[in-house]
Amino acid sequence: MSISEQTLAESRELAGRYPKARSGIVPMLHLMQAEVGMVNSDVIEACAEILDISTAEVVAVATFYTMYRMRTEGGEHHIGVCVNTGCGLLGGDALYEALAVKLGVGHNETTPDGKFTLERIECQAACTHAPVLTVDWEFFDHSTIAEAMDVIDRLTAGEEVLPTRGPAVRGWRAAERTVAGLDDGLADEGGGVDELMLAGLKVAKAAESGVDGTVKK
Amino acid sequence: MSGTKLTPVITEYWDDAKPWSIDSYRSHGGYSTLKQSLETDPDDVIATIKDSGLRGRGGAGFPTGMKWSFVPQNDGKPHYLVVNADESEPGACKDIPIMLANPHALIEGVIMTCHAIRAHHAFIYIRGEVPHPIRRVHQAVAEARAAGFIGKNILGTGIDLDVVVHGGAGAYICGEETALLDSLEGLRGQPRLKPPFPAVAGLYASPTVVNNVETITSVPYIIRNGVEWYRGFGTEKSPGFKVWAVSGHVRRPGIYEAPLGITMRELLDYAGGIREGHELKFWLPGGSSVPMLTADHLDTPLTYEDMVEAGSMLGTGTPMVFDETTSVVKAITRWLEFYKHESCGKCTPCREGTYWITGTLEKFQGGFGQEKEVDELVELCNQIMGRSFCALGDAAATPYPGALKYFRSEFTDALTQPPDDLFSPSATMVIPSPAGVAG
Ligand SMILES: Cc1cc2nc3c(=O)[nH]c(=O)nc-3n(C[C@H](O)[C@H](O)[C@H](O)COP(=O)(O)O)c2cc1C
Ligand code: SF4
Ligand code: FES
Repeated sequence: MSISEQTLAESRELAGRYPKARSGIVPMLHLMQAEVGMVNSDVIEACAEILDISTAEVVAVATFYTMYRMRTEGGEHHIGVCVNTGCGLLGGDALYEALAVKLGVGHNETTPDGKFTLERIECQAACTHAPVLTVDWEFFDHSTIAEAMDVIDRLTAGEEVLPTRGPAVRGWRAAERTVAGLDDGLADEGGGVDELMLAGLKVAKAAESGVDGTVKK
Repeated sequence: MSGTKLTPVITEYWDDAKPWSIDSYRSHGGYSTLKQSLETDPDDVIATIKDSGLRGRGGAGFPTGMKWSFVPQNDGKPHYLVVNADESEPGACKDIPIMLANPHALIEGVIMTCHAIRAHHAFIYIRGEVPHPIRRVHQAVAEARAAGFIGKNILGTGIDLDVVVHGGAGAYICGEETALLDSLEGLRGQPRLKPPFPAVAGLYASPTVVNNVETITSVPYIIRNGVEWYRGFGTEKSPGFKVWAVSGHVRRPGIYEAPLGITMRELLDYAGGIREGHELKFWLPGGSSVPMLTADHLDTPLTYEDMVEAGSMLGTGTPMVFDETTSVVKAITRWLEFYKHESCGKCTPCREGTYWITGTLEKFQGGFGQEKEVDELVELCNQIMGRSFCALGDAAATPYPGALKYFRSEFTDALTQPPDDLFSPSATMVIPSPAGVAG
């Protein structure tokens, strides 16, 4: 399968955002991966041609970053579980194990029906919300095992699934286009400022209004 | 004075309906002094930031105004500002919330900073795994462009500025500023030799300022309110306020904005204290790359200088708190696995060293270690420290000696008893354990 004209045109537009086109390679790889499902030889050749560099140079870049799938296509939904210390020990390890059993796959593997790819991920910059689960890279904060199982069931049934911070999940490939830098029109969706992000503000406001916001033990 | 030490400035209006919108930001004074700032002599803007004492929030605490002043002037080369929004340090979780809730303060900071360093091109390098903050920052740039704050001849001042939002692709090392620049040039993200420093030869070999998201977000508040106001917060050497993100075994983890110099005891109190029925075991002031501290350090002011004095570092200022249910051995082994995974492989001490440390720690846990290795591992860390090409190697050499200092017996215990037997994994969890899940 070669890359579509639309994706090639969008890739050229991405490269054109930079003073030097080569700076666009990381977004371009995301975009082409969104179409193909992985970084395969078509993607590598298309990138090399647009940027006028060798395919070896493209491979050198693509293999450096963990978000590119070099060997197998990603599933419809990407399921990430943070297993770094701040999440892993607080419940992430158990979440990962439960998901691995439920989906019947291990790290970086995709279910036979192509529906889910499971990945042990590193700190998502959301440790305040531990343990963190991600679906198509949207935050499912402070996820319990029961909630994670429910998310999988609802995705399997094709129902709408809302993250705790972010818009309804639309699939891994759609997320890859967003990360590449294409406007999906969803910036205002999904709130994103939750109670934990307002924790200090609430205490400060309570103190200001005369109510003692500090905790009595 | 109100009864609280919390000082919401960056976070002041996060409870608005849409704090990330340009309307919300403007209704709280945002962009109100932008034109005035752009008409100020760039050197005066640099002087203001220097006088304010603002220090970099990316981890090292380097004085921001001083960094800006290193950019050579009238050199005929383009200058660049690169905002480091790669936030991937384990424990760091403040820049992502800032971009979700208040991207316009970041954008106004970018515009003011570019004027100061005479840059007409800025890049915001956001880690790839966070589509929602990426959307918010893209939208903020588009709104600012539509309002005439970005583009050609901004507000009639004759100043041109283009801002590019760039998503990464998963690599912790790309947070290291020179690796970030290589990545932004479309190469593998590996660190460069310093000197030359980015301020002299950075992006495309041109003078470049690299600053953290929170650093740049602080700039418009300082410019709007003045040096004296800013220095009214914090201490002499660590002035100002910051966005503290408290995580771990506390009752109310979250974002608490307060001046530097607040203590961990105070922050803990705001966060509701350690979770019910438990007590503090260890905490880290800012990320896994700084040495751990204990209850003995709860009253030490959280400043750059006091944290060094206490044997740690302020780092990203995002305290992680762990209670007595936590196995120190497991906690730091997990961090070492992270460094091993993220080592870029460019230099031998880090590439090989991270394998050795991780392997040895796993050997301890598997019951195959010997007591003398507990000390030999410190020696190995000392060999890596200061001998690596970039600070990731130093960071990887930090957790073990730091943990051994306070919890030596846990490492010797691990030689004969697996940490999971000594510390029940379900007790450390903050969600119901698998046994508690029906079906
Ligand atoms: C391995 C490594 C990862 C880093 N990651 C980040 C990061 O994600 N964000 C950041 O601002 N600084 C990070 N830094 C620090 C940067 O190199 C740099 O010092 C910082 O961006 C400068 O900004 P500041 O002066 O505003 O703090 C990292 C450093 C190292 C060694
Ligand atoms: S210290 Fe580690 S991350 Fe840094 S250059 Fe060496 S191998 Fe790469
Ligand atoms: S440790 Fe999981 S989000 Fe930081």
